[in-house]
Amino acid sequence: MSEPILSISGLDVSFVQYARGLRTRTVTGITGLDLEVAEGEILAVLGASGSGKTLLAQAILGILPHNARTGGDIVFRGSRLSPARRERLLGREISYIPQSVTSLDPLMPVGAQVRIGLDPAVAEHERRRLFARYDLPDQVAGLHPHQLSGGMLRRVLFATGVRDTVRLLIADEPTPGLHAEAVAEVLGHLRELAAEGVAVLLITHDINAAVSVARRVAVMNQGHLVTVEAADAFTGDGERLRHPFARDLWRALPQNRFSPGGTE
Amino acid sequence: MALGELTVLRLLRLATLLAGVSALAFTLVHASPIDPIQAYVGADVGLTDEQYTRLREHWGLDRSPVEQYLAWAGSILQGDLGVSTLYKVPVSDVIATRFGASLALMGVAWLSSGVLGYALGVVAATRRGRFVDRVVSWYSYTLSATPTFWLGIVFLVVFSVWLGWFPVGLAGPYGVPSDEVGFTARVHHFVLPALTLSAVGVANIAMHTREKMTDVLNSDYVAFARARGESPGQILRNHGFRNSAAPAVTLQFAYFSELFGGSVLAETVFSYPGLGSTLTEAALGGDVPLLLGIVLISAVFVFAGNTIADVVNAALDPRVRSRT
Repeated sequence: MSEPILSISGLDVSFVQYARGLRTRTVTGITGLDLEVAEGEILAVLGASGSGKTLLAQAILGILPHNARTGGDIVFRGSRLSPARRERLLGREISYIPQSVTSLDPLMPVGAQVRIGLDPAVAEHERRRLFARYDLPDQVAGLHPHQLSGGMLRRVLFATGVRDTVRLLIADEPTPGLHAEAVAEVLGHLRELAAEGVAVLLITHDINAAVSVARRVAVMNQGHLVTVEAADAFTGDGERLRHPFARDLWRALPQNRFSPGGTE
Repeated sequence: MALGELTVLRLLRLATLLAGVSALAFTLVHASPIDPIQAYVGADVGLTDEQYTRLREHWGLDRSPVEQYLAWAGSILQGDLGVSTLYKVPVSDVIATRFGASLALMGVAWLSSGVLGYALGVVAATRRGRFVDRVVSWYSYTLSATPTFWLGIVFLVVFSVWLGWFPVGLAGPYGVPSDEVGFTARVHHFVLPALTLSAVGVANIAMHTREKMTDVLNSDYVAFARARGESPGQILRNHGFRNSAAPAVTLQFAYFSELFGGSVLAETVFSYPGLGSTLTEAALGGDVPLLLGIVLISAVFVFAGNTIADVVNAALDPRVRSRT
Protein backbone atom coordinates (compact mmCIF):
# COMPACT_ATOMS: atom_id res chain seq x y z
CA MET A 1 0.00 0.00 0.00
CA SER A 2 1.35 3.43 -0.93
CA GLU A 3 1.86 6.37 1.41
CA PRO A 4 -1.38 7.60 3.07
CA ILE A 5 -2.39 11.07 1.92
CA LEU A 6 -4.88 11.54 4.72
CA SER A 7 -4.97 9.84 8.06
CA ILE A 8 -7.50 10.58 10.72
CA SER A 9 -7.24 9.28 14.26
CA GLY A 10 -9.68 9.58 17.13
CA LEU A 11 -11.78 12.27 15.48
CA ASP A 12 -14.59 13.61 17.64
CA VAL A 13 -17.14 16.17 16.52
CA SER A 14 -19.77 17.53 18.86
CA PHE A 15 -22.09 20.51 19.01
CA VAL A 16 -22.83 22.84 21.87
CA GLN A 17 -26.47 23.83 21.96
CA TYR A 18 -28.43 26.09 24.21
CA ALA A 19 -31.04 23.88 25.82
CA ARG A 20 -33.04 26.14 28.08
CA GLY A 21 -31.97 29.65 28.97
CA LEU A 22 -28.21 29.68 29.41
CA ARG A 23 -27.80 25.97 30.08
CA THR A 24 -25.98 24.18 27.30
CA ARG A 25 -25.92 20.59 26.22
CA THR A 26 -23.54 18.77 23.94
CA VAL A 27 -24.77 16.76 20.98
CA THR A 28 -22.38 14.20 19.59
CA GLY A 29 -21.78 14.09 15.85
CA ILE A 30 -18.81 11.76 15.42
CA THR A 31 -16.92 9.75 18.06
CA GLY A 32 -13.50 8.16 17.86
CA LEU A 33 -13.15 7.86 14.11
CA ASP A 34 -9.95 6.43 12.57
CA LEU A 35 -9.50 6.40 8.81
CA GLU A 36 -6.76 6.44 6.17
CA VAL A 37 -6.89 7.26 2.48
CA ALA A 38 -3.92 6.34 0.31
CA GLU A 39 -2.56 7.94 -2.81
CA GLY A 40 -4.58 6.97 -5.89
CA GLU A 41 -7.21 5.24 -3.81
CA ILE A 42 -10.95 5.80 -3.83
CA LEU A 43 -12.34 5.24 -0.36
CA ALA A 44 -16.12 5.29 -0.11
CA VAL A 45 -17.75 6.40 3.13
CA LEU A 46 -21.16 4.82 3.30
CA GLY A 47 -23.93 5.67 5.71
CA ALA A 48 -27.52 6.77 6.10
CA SER A 49 -28.53 10.40 6.62
CA GLY A 50 -27.37 11.52 10.06
CA SER A 51 -24.63 8.90 10.28
CA GLY A 52 -22.03 11.68 10.35
CA LYS A 53 -20.47 11.26 6.92
CA THR A 54 -20.98 14.87 5.82
CA LEU A 55 -19.67 16.04 9.20
CA LEU A 56 -16.53 14.04 8.46
CA ALA A 57 -16.05 15.98 5.22
CA GLN A 58 -16.74 19.30 6.97
CA ALA A 59 -14.29 18.47 9.75
CA ILE A 60 -11.50 17.75 7.27
CA LEU A 61 -12.30 20.95 5.35
CA GLY A 62 -12.69 23.04 8.49
CA ILE A 63 -16.15 24.30 7.52
CA LEU A 64 -18.12 22.97 10.48
CA PRO A 65 -20.78 25.25 11.95
CA HIS A 66 -19.53 27.73 14.58
CA ASN A 67 -20.91 25.81 17.54
CA ALA A 68 -18.99 22.63 16.65
CA ARG A 69 -16.12 21.30 18.80
CA THR A 70 -13.59 18.87 17.41
CA GLY A 71 -11.02 16.53 18.93
CA GLY A 72 -8.50 14.05 17.57
CA ASP A 73 -5.94 14.38 14.81
CA ILE A 74 -6.16 14.93 11.10
CA VAL A 75 -2.84 14.38 9.32
CA PHE A 76 -2.39 15.37 5.70
CA ARG A 77 0.74 14.20 3.85
CA GLY A 78 2.73 13.60 6.98
CA SER A 79 1.90 16.65 9.09
CA ARG A 80 -1.00 17.80 11.18
CA LEU A 81 -3.64 19.82 9.39
CA SER A 82 -3.67 22.99 11.51
CA PRO A 83 -6.12 25.78 10.63
CA ALA A 84 -3.28 27.88 9.17
CA ARG A 85 -1.97 25.01 7.08
CA ARG A 86 -5.47 24.09 5.98
CA GLU A 87 -6.03 27.66 4.79
CA ARG A 88 -3.01 27.34 2.50
CA LEU A 89 -4.01 23.91 1.18
CA LEU A 90 -7.73 24.30 0.54
CA GLY A 91 -8.41 24.76 -3.13
CA ARG A 92 -4.82 23.82 -3.97
CA GLU A 93 -4.03 20.38 -2.55
CA ILE A 94 -7.34 19.61 -0.87
CA SER A 95 -10.41 19.97 -3.01
CA TYR A 96 -14.10 19.58 -2.37
CA ILE A 97 -16.97 18.74 -4.67
CA PRO A 98 -20.19 19.59 -2.83
CA GLN A 99 -23.46 17.75 -2.81
CA SER A 100 -25.71 20.46 -4.13
CA VAL A 101 -25.55 22.69 -7.20
CA THR A 102 -26.75 25.53 -4.94
CA SER A 103 -23.08 25.67 -3.92
CA LEU A 104 -22.49 27.72 -7.04
CA ASP A 105 -22.93 31.48 -6.72
CA PRO A 106 -26.23 32.23 -8.51
CA LEU A 107 -25.03 35.65 -9.67
CA MET A 108 -21.57 34.78 -10.96
CA PRO A 109 -20.99 33.39 -14.47
CA VAL A 110 -19.85 29.77 -14.19
CA GLY A 111 -16.61 30.43 -16.07
CA ALA A 112 -15.59 32.99 -13.45
CA GLN A 113 -16.41 30.51 -10.69
CA VAL A 114 -14.10 27.94 -12.25
CA ARG A 115 -11.32 30.57 -12.43
CA ILE A 116 -11.44 31.28 -8.68
CA GLY A 117 -8.27 30.07 -7.02
CA LEU A 118 -6.33 29.75 -10.27
CA ASP A 119 -3.28 31.87 -11.01
CA PRO A 120 -4.78 34.91 -12.81
CA ALA A 121 -2.12 34.75 -15.53
CA VAL A 122 -3.20 31.32 -16.72
CA ALA A 123 -6.73 31.19 -15.26
CA GLU A 124 -8.58 31.64 -18.53
CA HIS A 125 -6.38 29.11 -20.31
CA GLU A 126 -6.90 26.61 -17.49
CA ARG A 127 -10.63 27.29 -17.50
CA ARG A 128 -10.81 26.36 -21.20
CA ARG A 129 -8.86 23.19 -20.57
CA LEU A 130 -11.16 22.17 -17.70
CA PHE A 131 -14.27 22.96 -19.74
CA ALA A 132 -12.95 20.76 -22.55
CA ARG A 133 -12.09 17.99 -20.09
CA TYR A 134 -15.59 17.96 -18.63
CA ASP A 135 -17.30 18.32 -21.97
CA LEU A 136 -18.68 21.80 -21.31
CA PRO A 137 -19.17 24.03 -24.39
CA ASP A 138 -16.98 27.12 -24.21
CA GLN A 139 -19.90 29.50 -24.67
CA VAL A 140 -21.57 28.47 -21.38
CA ALA A 141 -18.67 30.09 -19.47
CA GLY A 142 -20.49 33.43 -19.57
CA LEU A 143 -23.81 31.98 -18.40
CA HIS A 144 -25.20 31.97 -14.88
CA PRO A 145 -26.02 28.74 -13.02
CA HIS A 146 -29.80 29.08 -13.54
CA GLN A 147 -29.24 28.92 -17.29
CA LEU A 148 -27.50 25.52 -17.20
CA SER A 149 -28.92 22.02 -16.85
CA GLY A 150 -28.37 20.02 -13.67
CA GLY A 151 -25.93 17.68 -15.40
CA MET A 152 -23.86 20.58 -16.68
CA LEU A 153 -23.78 22.20 -13.25
CA ARG A 154 -22.43 18.98 -11.78
CA ARG A 155 -19.63 19.03 -14.34
CA VAL A 156 -18.99 22.69 -13.53
CA LEU A 157 -18.60 21.65 -9.88
CA PHE A 158 -15.98 19.13 -10.96
CA ALA A 159 -14.20 21.81 -12.97
CA THR A 160 -14.10 24.09 -9.89
CA GLY A 161 -12.48 21.36 -7.81
CA VAL A 162 -9.98 19.76 -10.15
CA ARG A 163 -6.53 21.34 -10.07
CA ASP A 164 -3.16 19.92 -11.11
CA THR A 165 -1.92 20.33 -7.55
CA VAL A 166 -4.79 18.46 -5.85
CA ARG A 167 -3.78 15.45 -3.76
CA LEU A 168 -7.02 14.83 -1.88
CA LEU A 169 -10.50 15.18 -3.34
CA ILE A 170 -13.58 14.99 -1.13
CA ALA A 171 -16.77 14.34 -3.08
CA ASP A 172 -19.94 14.70 -1.01
CA GLU A 173 -22.87 12.76 -2.49
CA PRO A 174 -22.06 13.53 -6.11
CA THR A 175 -24.59 11.05 -7.51
CA PRO A 176 -28.09 11.30 -5.98
CA GLY A 177 -30.89 12.30 -8.29
CA LEU A 178 -28.90 11.45 -11.39
CA HIS A 179 -29.92 8.86 -13.94
CA ALA A 180 -27.71 5.79 -14.36
CA GLU A 181 -25.75 7.20 -17.26
CA ALA A 182 -24.89 10.41 -15.40
CA VAL A 183 -23.89 8.42 -12.32
CA ALA A 184 -21.54 6.35 -14.47
CA GLU A 185 -20.09 9.58 -15.87
CA VAL A 186 -19.46 11.06 -12.40
CA LEU A 187 -17.89 7.83 -11.15
CA GLY A 188 -15.77 7.73 -14.28
CA HIS A 189 -14.44 11.21 -13.50
CA LEU A 190 -13.53 10.07 -9.97
CA ARG A 191 -11.76 6.95 -11.31
CA GLU A 192 -9.81 9.13 -13.72
CA LEU A 193 -8.63 11.42 -10.93
CA ALA A 194 -7.60 8.45 -8.77
CA ALA A 195 -5.61 7.09 -11.70
CA GLU A 196 -3.70 10.37 -11.68
CA GLY A 197 -2.71 9.69 -8.08
CA VAL A 198 -5.35 11.74 -6.26
CA ALA A 199 -6.71 10.28 -3.04
CA VAL A 200 -10.51 10.36 -3.31
CA LEU A 201 -12.89 10.32 -0.37
CA LEU A 202 -16.33 9.54 -1.79
CA ILE A 203 -19.18 10.22 0.59
CA THR A 204 -22.39 8.52 -0.42
CA HIS A 205 -25.40 6.52 0.68
CA ASP A 206 -25.55 4.73 -2.67
CA ILE A 207 -24.07 1.25 -2.01
CA ASN A 208 -23.92 0.35 -5.68
CA ALA A 209 -22.03 3.49 -6.60
CA ALA A 210 -19.65 3.00 -3.65
CA VAL A 211 -18.96 -0.64 -4.45
CA SER A 212 -18.51 -0.10 -8.17
CA VAL A 213 -15.87 2.60 -7.88
CA ALA A 214 -14.07 2.22 -4.53
CA ARG A 215 -11.42 -0.23 -3.36
CA ARG A 216 -12.46 -0.03 0.27
CA VAL A 217 -15.80 0.95 1.77
CA ALA A 218 -16.05 2.54 5.22
CA VAL A 219 -19.47 2.07 6.81
CA MET A 220 -20.71 4.69 9.27
CA ASN A 221 -23.65 4.53 11.63
CA GLN A 222 -24.73 7.10 14.23
CA GLY A 223 -21.41 8.88 14.37
CA HIS A 224 -19.28 5.75 14.60
CA LEU A 225 -17.14 4.16 11.96
CA VAL A 226 -18.57 0.63 12.12
CA THR A 227 -16.24 -1.20 9.77
CA VAL A 228 -14.03 -0.83 6.72
CA GLU A 229 -14.70 -3.57 4.18
CA ALA A 230 -13.11 -4.47 0.87
CA ALA A 231 -15.38 -3.33 -1.94
CA ASP A 232 -15.29 -6.70 -3.65
CA ALA A 233 -16.73 -8.35 -0.52
CA PHE A 234 -20.06 -6.72 -1.33
CA THR A 235 -21.13 -9.58 -3.55
CA GLY A 236 -23.50 -12.54 -3.50
CA ASP A 237 -25.09 -12.89 -0.11
CA GLY A 238 -22.41 -10.77 1.53
CA GLU A 239 -20.87 -13.75 3.35
CA ARG A 240 -17.37 -12.30 2.88
CA LEU A 241 -18.30 -9.09 4.74
CA ARG A 242 -16.71 -9.11 8.17
CA HIS A 243 -19.13 -6.95 10.14
CA PRO A 244 -22.80 -7.90 10.68
CA PHE A 245 -23.93 -4.27 10.14
CA ALA A 246 -22.34 -4.23 6.68
CA ARG A 247 -23.97 -7.60 5.91
CA ASP A 248 -27.37 -6.32 7.04
CA LEU A 249 -26.95 -3.22 4.90
CA TRP A 250 -26.03 -5.27 1.85
CA ARG A 251 -28.82 -7.83 2.33
CA ALA A 252 -31.40 -5.10 2.81
CA LEU A 253 -31.08 -4.10 -0.84
CA PRO A 254 -34.10 -5.05 -2.97
CA GLN A 255 -32.00 -7.01 -5.47
CA ASN A 256 -30.45 -9.03 -2.63
CA ARG A 257 -32.53 -10.46 0.18
CA PHE A 258 -34.58 -7.30 0.86
CA SER A 259 -34.38 -8.32 4.51
CA PRO A 260 -35.16 -5.83 7.30
CA GLY A 261 -31.83 -6.63 9.01
CA GLY A 262 -30.93 -8.18 12.33
CA THR A 263 -31.42 -11.65 10.83
CA GLU A 264 -28.38 -13.19 12.49
CA MET B 1 -40.98 40.74 -23.25
CA ALA B 2 -39.64 43.39 -25.59
CA LEU B 3 -38.49 46.69 -24.17
CA GLY B 4 -41.12 48.61 -26.16
CA GLU B 5 -43.95 46.49 -24.82
CA LEU B 6 -42.60 46.81 -21.30
CA THR B 7 -42.48 50.61 -21.59
CA VAL B 8 -46.05 50.78 -22.86
CA LEU B 9 -47.16 48.53 -20.00
CA ARG B 10 -45.40 50.73 -17.44
CA LEU B 11 -46.94 53.92 -18.87
CA LEU B 12 -50.33 52.25 -18.79
CA ARG B 13 -49.76 51.37 -15.15
CA LEU B 14 -48.79 54.98 -14.39
CA ALA B 15 -51.95 56.23 -16.13
CA THR B 16 -54.25 53.93 -14.17
CA LEU B 17 -52.40 54.76 -10.96
CA LEU B 18 -52.87 58.50 -11.52
CA ALA B 19 -56.53 58.04 -12.44
CA GLY B 20 -57.07 56.07 -9.24
CA VAL B 21 -55.10 58.42 -7.01
CA SER B 22 -56.75 61.53 -8.42
CA ALA B 23 -60.26 60.08 -8.07
CA LEU B 24 -59.59 58.97 -4.50
CA ALA B 25 -57.96 62.26 -3.51
CA PHE B 26 -60.78 64.23 -5.09
CA THR B 27 -63.39 62.15 -3.28
CA LEU B 28 -61.64 62.64 0.05
CA VAL B 29 -61.36 66.41 -0.42
CA HIS B 30 -64.96 66.58 -1.55
CA ALA B 31 -66.07 64.73 1.57
CA SER B 32 -63.91 66.91 3.84
CA PRO B 33 -65.32 70.01 5.56
CA ILE B 34 -63.07 72.29 3.45
CA ASP B 35 -65.10 75.05 1.78
CA PRO B 36 -63.06 76.21 -1.24
CA ILE B 37 -64.80 79.58 -1.39
CA GLN B 38 -64.28 80.43 2.26
CA ALA B 39 -60.67 79.22 1.99
CA TYR B 40 -60.15 81.45 -1.03
CA VAL B 41 -61.60 84.68 0.32
CA GLY B 42 -60.21 84.11 3.80
CA ALA B 43 -61.93 83.26 7.05
CA ASP B 44 -62.34 86.82 8.22
CA VAL B 45 -64.12 88.09 5.13
CA GLY B 46 -67.89 87.92 5.32
CA LEU B 47 -69.82 87.17 2.14
CA THR B 48 -73.47 87.80 1.49
CA ASP B 49 -75.51 84.79 0.47
CA GLU B 50 -75.92 86.25 -3.01
CA GLN B 51 -72.17 86.75 -3.49
CA TYR B 52 -71.58 83.24 -2.18
CA THR B 53 -74.05 81.69 -4.61
CA ARG B 54 -72.62 83.59 -7.55
CA LEU B 55 -69.09 82.45 -6.67
CA ARG B 56 -70.35 78.86 -6.45
CA GLU B 57 -71.83 79.17 -9.91
CA HIS B 58 -68.73 80.89 -11.25
CA TRP B 59 -66.49 78.08 -10.00
CA GLY B 60 -68.91 75.33 -10.96
CA LEU B 61 -69.28 74.14 -7.38
CA ASP B 62 -73.03 73.78 -7.92
CA ARG B 63 -72.48 71.02 -10.45
CA SER B 64 -72.32 67.29 -9.55
CA PRO B 65 -69.07 65.92 -8.05
CA VAL B 66 -68.50 63.75 -11.14
CA GLU B 67 -68.75 66.76 -13.43
CA GLN B 68 -66.40 68.71 -11.18
CA TYR B 69 -63.89 65.86 -11.16
CA LEU B 70 -64.01 65.48 -14.94
CA ALA B 71 -63.52 69.22 -15.45
CA TRP B 72 -60.52 69.19 -13.09
CA ALA B 73 -59.03 66.03 -14.63
CA GLY B 74 -59.56 67.50 -18.11
CA SER B 75 -57.57 70.62 -17.36
CA ILE B 76 -54.81 68.54 -15.73
CA LEU B 77 -54.54 66.55 -18.95
CA GLN B 78 -53.91 69.86 -20.68
CA GLY B 79 -51.14 70.58 -18.19
CA ASP B 80 -53.10 73.01 -16.02
CA LEU B 81 -53.02 72.14 -12.32
CA GLY B 82 -55.00 75.23 -11.39
CA VAL B 83 -54.15 78.23 -9.22
CA SER B 84 -53.14 77.93 -5.57
CA THR B 85 -55.67 79.73 -3.38
CA LEU B 86 -53.01 80.42 -0.72
CA TYR B 87 -50.24 81.76 -2.95
CA LYS B 88 -52.41 83.11 -5.81
CA VAL B 89 -49.95 81.69 -8.37
CA PRO B 90 -50.24 78.58 -10.58
CA VAL B 91 -49.87 75.33 -8.61
CA SER B 92 -47.16 74.11 -11.00
CA ASP B 93 -45.00 77.16 -10.10
CA VAL B 94 -45.37 76.52 -6.36
CA ILE B 95 -44.51 72.86 -6.78
CA ALA B 96 -41.52 73.61 -9.01
CA THR B 97 -39.87 75.95 -6.49
CA ARG B 98 -40.69 73.84 -3.41
CA PHE B 99 -39.72 70.56 -5.01
CA GLY B 100 -36.19 71.87 -5.55
CA ALA B 101 -35.68 72.45 -1.83
CA SER B 102 -37.17 69.06 -0.99
CA LEU B 103 -35.06 67.27 -3.58
CA ALA B 104 -31.86 68.56 -2.00
CA LEU B 105 -33.08 67.39 1.40
CA MET B 106 -34.27 64.01 0.21
CA GLY B 107 -31.24 63.56 -2.03
CA VAL B 108 -28.79 63.99 0.85
CA ALA B 109 -30.84 61.75 3.13
CA TRP B 110 -31.19 59.19 0.36
CA LEU B 111 -27.47 59.05 -0.45
CA SER B 112 -26.27 58.99 3.13
CA SER B 113 -28.80 56.37 4.19
CA GLY B 114 -27.84 54.24 1.19
CA VAL B 115 -24.09 54.43 1.58
CA LEU B 116 -23.87 54.51 5.37
CA GLY B 117 -26.75 52.07 5.86
CA TYR B 118 -25.25 49.52 3.49
CA ALA B 119 -21.80 49.83 5.08
CA LEU B 120 -23.17 49.43 8.61
CA GLY B 121 -25.31 46.49 7.51
CA VAL B 122 -22.32 44.70 5.99
CA VAL B 123 -20.17 45.32 9.06
CA ALA B 124 -22.93 44.07 11.37
CA ALA B 125 -23.51 40.92 9.31
CA THR B 126 -19.83 40.00 9.09
CA ARG B 127 -19.43 40.49 12.87
CA ARG B 128 -22.81 39.06 13.73
CA GLY B 129 -23.39 38.67 17.47
CA ARG B 130 -20.33 40.72 18.39
CA PHE B 131 -20.11 44.19 19.86
CA VAL B 132 -20.24 46.17 16.60
CA ASP B 133 -23.29 44.19 15.49
CA ARG B 134 -25.04 44.91 18.78
CA VAL B 135 -24.39 48.64 18.47
CA VAL B 136 -25.65 48.75 14.87
CA SER B 137 -28.70 46.63 15.70
CA TRP B 138 -29.52 48.69 18.76
CA TYR B 139 -29.28 51.90 16.75
CA SER B 140 -31.37 50.50 13.91
CA TYR B 141 -34.17 49.08 16.03
CA THR B 142 -34.37 52.23 18.13
CA LEU B 143 -34.40 54.59 15.15
CA SER B 144 -36.85 52.42 13.18
CA ALA B 145 -39.25 52.64 16.10
CA THR B 146 -38.84 56.40 16.40
CA PRO B 147 -41.37 58.70 14.70
CA THR B 148 -39.57 61.14 12.38
CA PHE B 149 -41.28 64.22 13.79
CA TRP B 150 -40.33 63.26 17.34
CA LEU B 151 -36.70 62.73 16.36
CA GLY B 152 -36.80 66.15 14.68
CA ILE B 153 -38.05 67.73 17.88
CA VAL B 154 -35.33 65.98 19.92
CA PHE B 155 -32.67 67.27 17.52
CA LEU B 156 -34.16 70.77 17.78
CA VAL B 157 -34.08 70.65 21.56
CA VAL B 158 -30.53 69.32 21.74
CA PHE B 159 -28.74 71.04 18.86
CA SER B 160 -30.68 74.28 18.52
CA VAL B 161 -31.97 75.09 21.96
CA TRP B 162 -29.38 73.56 24.32
CA LEU B 163 -26.24 73.69 22.24
CA GLY B 164 -27.24 76.52 19.92
CA TRP B 165 -25.30 75.02 17.02
CA PHE B 166 -28.05 75.25 14.44
CA PRO B 167 -31.03 77.55 13.78
CA VAL B 168 -34.46 76.46 14.96
CA GLY B 169 -36.05 76.40 11.53
CA LEU B 170 -36.57 77.86 8.05
CA ALA B 171 -34.19 77.70 5.10
CA GLY B 172 -32.47 81.02 5.83
CA PRO B 173 -32.25 83.68 8.55
CA TYR B 174 -35.59 85.23 9.52
CA GLY B 175 -36.34 88.50 7.71
CA VAL B 176 -33.76 88.08 4.95
CA PRO B 177 -35.16 87.76 1.42
CA SER B 178 -34.49 84.25 0.10
CA ASP B 179 -32.38 85.44 -2.82
CA GLU B 180 -30.00 87.17 -0.42
CA VAL B 181 -29.33 84.12 1.74
CA GLY B 182 -25.76 82.94 1.26
CA PHE B 183 -24.63 79.38 0.69
CA THR B 184 -23.23 78.86 4.21
CA ALA B 185 -26.45 80.11 5.76
CA ARG B 186 -28.42 77.70 3.57
CA VAL B 187 -26.24 74.76 4.59
CA HIS B 188 -26.49 75.83 8.22
CA HIS B 189 -30.29 75.64 8.01
CA PHE B 190 -30.17 72.46 5.98
CA VAL B 191 -28.18 70.28 8.40
CA LEU B 192 -30.79 69.42 11.02
CA PRO B 193 -33.67 68.46 8.70
CA ALA B 194 -31.27 66.43 6.56
CA LEU B 195 -29.81 64.76 9.64
CA THR B 196 -33.28 63.84 10.90
CA LEU B 197 -34.30 62.30 7.63
CA SER B 198 -30.96 60.48 7.18
CA ALA B 199 -30.84 59.03 10.70
CA VAL B 200 -34.10 57.16 10.13
CA GLY B 201 -33.13 56.07 6.63
CA VAL B 202 -29.76 54.66 7.73
CA ALA B 203 -31.52 52.49 10.29
CA ASN B 204 -33.84 50.89 7.74
CA ILE B 205 -31.21 50.22 5.12
CA ALA B 206 -28.72 48.90 7.71
CA MET B 207 -31.28 46.42 9.08
CA HIS B 208 -32.24 45.11 5.65
CA THR B 209 -28.62 44.84 4.51
CA ARG B 210 -27.67 43.02 7.69
CA GLU B 211 -30.39 40.42 7.14
CA LYS B 212 -29.59 39.95 3.47
CA MET B 213 -25.84 39.72 4.06
CA THR B 214 -26.39 37.20 6.86
CA ASP B 215 -28.41 35.05 4.44
CA VAL B 216 -25.63 35.31 1.89
CA LEU B 217 -22.92 34.40 4.41
CA ASN B 218 -24.94 31.36 5.55
CA SER B 219 -25.57 30.19 2.00
CA ASP B 220 -24.30 27.02 0.38
CA TYR B 221 -22.16 28.97 -2.04
CA VAL B 222 -20.30 30.80 0.72
CA ALA B 223 -19.71 27.51 2.57
CA PHE B 224 -18.35 26.13 -0.68
CA ALA B 225 -16.20 29.22 -1.16
CA ARG B 226 -14.71 28.64 2.30
CA ALA B 227 -14.06 25.01 1.38
CA ARG B 228 -12.26 26.25 -1.73
CA GLY B 229 -9.92 28.29 0.43
CA GLU B 230 -11.31 31.75 -0.28
CA SER B 231 -10.41 34.21 2.49
CA PRO B 232 -13.16 36.23 4.24
CA GLY B 233 -12.16 39.26 2.15
CA GLN B 234 -12.34 37.29 -1.08
CA ILE B 235 -15.72 35.88 -0.07
CA LEU B 236 -17.08 39.40 0.42
CA ARG B 237 -15.63 40.60 -2.88
CA ASN B 238 -16.57 37.54 -4.94
CA HIS B 239 -19.97 36.71 -3.48
CA GLY B 240 -21.05 39.04 -0.66
CA PHE B 241 -21.38 42.34 -2.51
CA ARG B 242 -22.63 40.70 -5.68
CA ASN B 243 -25.49 38.94 -3.93
CA SER B 244 -26.49 41.70 -1.54
CA ALA B 245 -26.20 44.63 -3.96
CA ALA B 246 -29.33 43.93 -6.00
CA PRO B 247 -31.74 43.82 -3.04
CA ALA B 248 -30.02 46.81 -1.43
CA VAL B 249 -30.27 49.01 -4.52
CA THR B 250 -33.84 47.87 -5.15
CA LEU B 251 -34.79 48.75 -1.60
CA GLN B 252 -33.02 52.06 -1.95
CA PHE B 253 -35.22 53.13 -4.87
CA ALA B 254 -38.39 51.63 -3.46
CA TYR B 255 -37.61 53.73 -0.39
CA PHE B 256 -38.77 56.90 -2.22
CA SER B 257 -42.24 56.65 -0.70
CA GLU B 258 -41.00 56.53 2.89
CA LEU B 259 -38.53 59.28 2.08
CA PHE B 260 -41.34 61.52 0.88
CA GLY B 261 -43.48 60.68 3.89
CA GLY B 262 -40.54 61.40 6.17
CA SER B 263 -39.79 64.71 4.47
CA VAL B 264 -43.36 65.89 5.10
CA LEU B 265 -42.82 65.40 8.84
CA ALA B 266 -39.23 66.64 8.97
CA GLU B 267 -39.97 69.76 6.95
CA THR B 268 -43.02 70.56 9.04
CA VAL B 269 -41.07 70.29 12.29
CA PHE B 270 -38.29 72.54 10.96
CA SER B 271 -40.64 74.88 9.01
CA TYR B 272 -38.40 74.06 6.07
CA PRO B 273 -39.99 75.43 2.88
CA GLY B 274 -40.06 72.22 0.84
CA LEU B 275 -42.81 70.24 -0.79
CA GLY B 276 -43.60 68.37 2.41
CA SER B 277 -44.27 71.40 4.55
CA THR B 278 -46.22 72.97 1.65
CA LEU B 279 -48.44 69.90 1.61
CA THR B 280 -49.21 70.41 5.29
CA GLU B 281 -49.87 74.11 4.69
CA ALA B 282 -52.15 73.39 1.75
CA ALA B 283 -54.15 70.89 3.78
CA LEU B 284 -54.48 73.19 6.81
CA GLY B 285 -55.21 76.24 4.65
CA GLY B 286 -57.85 74.51 2.54
CA ASP B 287 -55.86 75.07 -0.64
CA VAL B 288 -57.54 72.30 -2.68
CA PRO B 289 -55.76 72.79 -6.04
CA LEU B 290 -52.31 72.82 -4.40
CA LEU B 291 -53.15 69.85 -2.16
CA LEU B 292 -54.35 67.73 -5.08
CA GLY B 293 -51.43 68.85 -7.23
CA ILE B 294 -48.86 67.75 -4.64
CA VAL B 295 -50.67 64.44 -4.16
CA LEU B 296 -50.40 63.75 -7.90
CA ILE B 297 -46.75 64.79 -8.10
CA SER B 298 -45.82 62.62 -5.13
CA ALA B 299 -47.60 59.66 -6.74
CA VAL B 300 -45.47 60.15 -9.86
CA PHE B 301 -42.36 60.48 -7.68
CA VAL B 302 -43.00 57.24 -5.83
CA PHE B 303 -43.95 55.45 -9.04
CA ALA B 304 -40.69 56.61 -10.62
CA GLY B 305 -38.75 55.22 -7.66
CA ASN B 306 -40.43 51.83 -7.91
CA THR B 307 -39.92 51.68 -11.66
CA ILE B 308 -36.22 52.47 -11.32
CA ALA B 309 -36.03 49.77 -8.63
CA ASP B 310 -37.51 47.25 -11.09
CA VAL B 311 -35.15 48.22 -13.87
CA VAL B 312 -32.05 48.24 -11.66
CA ASN B 313 -32.99 44.91 -10.10
CA ALA B 314 -33.32 43.33 -13.52
CA ALA B 315 -29.99 44.82 -14.56
CA LEU B 316 -28.18 43.43 -11.52
CA ASP B 317 -29.83 40.02 -11.28
CA PRO B 318 -29.91 37.88 -14.43
CA ARG B 319 -32.51 35.60 -12.84
CA VAL B 320 -34.98 38.49 -12.68
CA ARG B 321 -34.08 39.48 -16.23
CA SER B 322 -35.01 36.08 -17.59
CA ARG B 323 -38.39 36.20 -15.86
CA THR B 324 -39.54 39.52 -17.29
